[in-house]
Amino acid sequence: MRQRGPSPAPAPAPADPGRAAAVRALAEGMAPMRGPLLPVLQAVVEQHGFVHDDDVPVVADVLNVSRADVLGVLSFYHDLRRTPPTAHRVALCRAEACQARGAEATVASASDRWGGSTDVEVGEVFCLGNCALGPAGMLDGALHGRLTPERLDVLTEGWPA
Amino acid sequence: MNPVVWVPADAAAVSVGADEVAAALEAAGATVRRNGSRGMLWLEPLVEVETDAGRVGYANVGAHEVDPLLGGVLDDTDRCVGVVDEHPWLTGQHRVSFARVGVIEPTDLAAYRAHGGLAGLERALTLDPADVVREVTDSGLRGRGGAGFPAGIKWETVRTARSDTKFVCCNADEGDSGTFADRMLIEGDPFTLVEGMTIAALATGATEGFVYLRSEYPHAIRTLRRAVEVAYAHGVLGGSVLGSGRRFDLEVRVGAGAYICGEETSMLESLEGKRGEVRAKPPIPALEGLFGMPTVVNNVLTLSAVPMVLADGGAAYAALGTGRSRGTQVFQLAGNVARGGVVEADFGISLRELVEQYGGGTASGRPVKAVQVGGPLGAYLPPSRFDLPMDYEAFAEAGAMVGHGGVVVFDDSMDAGAMARFAMEFCAKESCGKCTPCRVGSTRGVEVIDRIRAGTQRESNLVLLEDLCATMTKGSLCAMGGLTPMPVRSALEHWPEDFGVSPAAADATTDAMPESATSTTGGARP
Ligand SMILES: Cc1cc2nc3c(=O)[nH]c(=O)nc-3n(C[C@H](O)[C@H](O)[C@H](O)COP(=O)(O)O)c2cc1C
Ligand code: SF4
Ligand code: FES
Repeated sequence: MRQRGPSPAPAPAPADPGRAAAVRALAEGMAPMRGPLLPVLQAVVEQHGFVHDDDVPVVADVLNVSRADVLGVLSFYHDLRRTPPTAHRVALCRAEACQARGAEATVASASDRWGGSTDVEVGEVFCLGNCALGPAGMLDGALHGRLTPERLDVLTEGWPA
Repeated sequence: MNPVVWVPADAAAVSVGADEVAAALEAAGATVRRNGSRGMLWLEPLVEVETDAGRVGYANVGAHEVDPLLGGVLDDTDRCVGVVDEHPWLTGQHRVSFARVGVIEPTDLAAYRAHGGLAGLERALTLDPADVVREVTDSGLRGRGGAGFPAGIKWETVRTARSDTKFVCCNADEGDSGTFADRMLIEGDPFTLVEGMTIAALATGATEGFVYLRSEYPHAIRTLRRAVEVAYAHGVLGGSVLGSGRRFDLEVRVGAGAYICGEETSMLESLEGKRGEVRAKPPIPALEGLFGMPTVVNNVLTLSAVPMVLADGGAAYAALGTGRSRGTQVFQLAGNVARGGVVEADFGISLRELVEQYGGGTASGRPVKAVQVGGPLGAYLPPSRFDLPMDYEAFAEAGAMVGHGGVVVFDDSMDAGAMARFAMEFCAKESCGKCTPCRVGSTRGVEVIDRIRAGTQRESNLVLLEDLCATMTKGSLCAMGGLTPMPVRSALEHWPEDFGVSPAAADATTDAMPESATSTTGGARP
């Protein structure tokens, strides 16, 4: 189930002073869109890597909505991250078609290898639309098919442990 | 002369190295053109070399094999699959919506037109809106997103609704496991969707459209955005559609990673920039949809069937199919299957033909144990049910659903109890949280299945599970909670031993319950 309210993750360090102005400019630019709140938060993630807690009042102010509205949207969508991204990101598909091809073994091997790592984040996704060539996964945003623990190792050679 | 070589830019082909192959071919002096995928995904990357006889295909090409490929060394091996258009996988199909996918360069508007594109839109511009809707009604076209609701009826509701502003929204959220046809169509032939949406707008009086495309599909997002740009540049979209003086503006919006945003009202909330929580119906979106205005919401494949319906007439489309399931369906073979990919065929094709003839059985070579049809909310079916025809009504009667046409194959190593547990777990993770049967029931479902599998008070927990399934089916606001019992019950019905239950005991439990595993009423996908 989706979270309600603020993220349980530790709050990131205070945002740098230039950030508020940058986020404000971005939100102002997008404000004329129909239904701008979600697109603005997506753009903040795209440009700044994550939505900082300090961005919330700025976005609320520009779009003339309450902070609760912003937090509500922020906590609903998996893509709207609230902590800085790690250096590398692995997202492995755990949906049925990939499970049918042995995805769980690759998932287990990735968690063994990077569990607790601060450089590599291992996440799960449910379907990348590559279900005939599973197990599928995204490595730093690039889609890969026919993943096995061995192929994962080859594709991420040189990544920190 | 430089050989002309086609290399798919489809995400699935790219996921197994197509970009590297294209780069190596270019470096070797070939003229490389990028098409969508033919849908023979087990052969990807499937590279095609233009010859006098036609485009000759080479399967599973790696970047290191470019020289032998161009040198003809692969010609006499089983890697050469001959002229691709003559491949039995394709010749047995009936490609209507997918006619151009894999054949042309996706954002080449001239090629689109040369292959029959825009004929439907041109004809629609000569008709009254009511007549356009009538063609769609006559075609018998039903929604391909899962519920199978007649498109013509929906359009007529929007057409006759009174409002200055109306919208056409394409549901391209395609969150179901085992489905990728929306993605492949958008990546392989995006103008078909643009054309279908434009016809929908002309027919209903809408002037603005949105495609809600999921963020998990970066390749599709890029291709569709490019196609929309090209369509504007050539006057297919904008202030005067093909010079008609009629306006239609189209925007691509990207989702943010939430399965429930595939449900249409949740998608509308998300398009409004809000939390993707399901709305209670009524009002129906056709009357009060996006920003409260009359809105057509259709799936990618529904809208993509429309250009052909208009070009050839509703009757031609209605001549295909079986019973009340008219036209073709784009089936997607996935999971543990030897030949996975896209099979477009008339409704009425059997599951056996799909899994055994097209699919060639499992990829692992072990016996098939089950297929899940219609996504994560669909039933698990054993091979004894393989003669079921693909038909909305026949599937509903058998306690299953066609859904978006995804067919996921499992071999005999599948643990049906674990998959049932997963269905509940998925529902718990992806529930929008608005109603209790789904939000709380799915979490309880995981716990109850765990207790059954652990042998803790198995009998009473089986009764509890059935009770929970009945509550979710009847009490959920939408089909997320309403249909999650479908995979769970079908798994328990067919493979009780995977729950630690003897088949006889399972029969006794399901017989005693009024809502047996074969019931699909209530909570049906709206
Ligand atoms: C939980 C849930 C998920 C859904 N996901 C999708 C989806 O990914 N794509 C889609 O087109 N329809 C999906 N639907 C169906 C839509 O609610 C809606 O029926 C459909 O978009 C209508 O278009 P159609 O009539 O052309 O099928 C989903 C429904 C539910 C309940
Ligand atoms: S059934 Fe689940 S997803 Fe649907 S409205 Fe209720 S809580 Fe939301
Ligand atoms: S189920 Fe894994 S990519 Fe679709």
